[in-house]
Amino acid sequence: MPETTSEDGPGDGVQIDLISAERMSGKTSMEKIRMILDGVRDGKIVVLEAGLTPDEESKLIEVTMSEINPDGFSGIEIESFPQSETNDTGLLGRLMGKQSTSKLTVVGPANQIQSLHKDETLISALVSRK
Amino acid sequence: MGLFAELRDSISRVSASLFADDSEPKRIGIYGPPNAGKTTLANRIARDWTGDAVGPESHIPHETRRARRKENVEIKRDGKTVNIDIVDTPGVTTKVDYSEFLEHDMEKDEAVRRSREATEGVAEAMHWLREDVDGVIYVLDSTEDPFTQVNTMLIGIIESRDLPVLILANKTDLEGSNIQRVSNAFPQHETIPLSALEGENMDEVYEKIAEYFG
Repeated sequence: MPETTSEDGPGDGVQIDLISAERMSGKTSMEKIRMILDGVRDGKIVVLEAGLTPDEESKLIEVTMSEINPDGFSGIEIESFPQSETNDTGLLGRLMGKQSTSKLTVVGPANQIQSLHKDETLISALVSRK
Repeated sequence: MGLFAELRDSISRVSASLFADDSEPKRIGIYGPPNAGKTTLANRIARDWTGDAVGPESHIPHETRRARRKENVEIKRDGKTVNIDIVDTPGVTTKVDYSEFLEHDMEKDEAVRRSREATEGVAEAMHWLREDVDGVIYVLDSTEDPFTQVNTMLIGIIESRDLPVLILANKTDLEGSNIQRVSNAFPQHETIPLSALEGENMDEVYEKIAEYFG
């Protein structure tokens, strides 16, 4: 699968990476977190089709904190839609070991996202260049 | 999680509760966003039942930059005694910018040092949540919008770990306090209003602590 890089780089604008659930499936928690934070630290807005599990979200906060430094990275802004109850995995799915974590999630660099607003059906981000 | 894994976990939970030593205090983490009044609450509980405080309170965000534990706090309610360790944690956030501290009349070096400590403290708080607490008191400033991503994520993390959680709508003494808004944000949980600073409604808070964590 080709990497989502641009020859021009994000310097001339803001790059948005839309990452499919398929691309994330099979990755370990730390691989997912690394992929998100590497993108965000490069100034990209990362949109995850399937979001993260609560445990991964907790680790994302922990790793983000460990990488904040005063003259560079000041952290992330993150918003996601709440999991729809109608999409909850049913009893059969749970018995088969299937977990539903699908929730569109937007992550970006805190110093570039001027506002990130969410209601039940819309996430709206105002992003500035570096 | 598959059927067998769920069955195995259920059996281990039941056996753990059957053989648990009730005299062991439960570790109750006080969590919430920065400036919600977590340390004020921790101090109120500790002073009411032990006479000592847990740590200094401040209007400057991230005053608490290390998780602090007050051990063996014995709360008595309706003939029932609950023995807990209170863990006061730094306010959880996804960003820390040292320039915010400069607004509180700090020199740059001090602001940078504080922001470093704050990030370490938040990471530590997340670690405690995953590994080391038996229940959570989630404190929210009832004058602020509770529908934030950090609140939603943290409540989700707490729920995913099956930890008992008590949601407190703090700062009811302030104009603009809106308890209903907090209740609406997390309808799946009971919300208890209080002013930790003024000590308002602490009786109900202690009743609920005994009920949830006893």
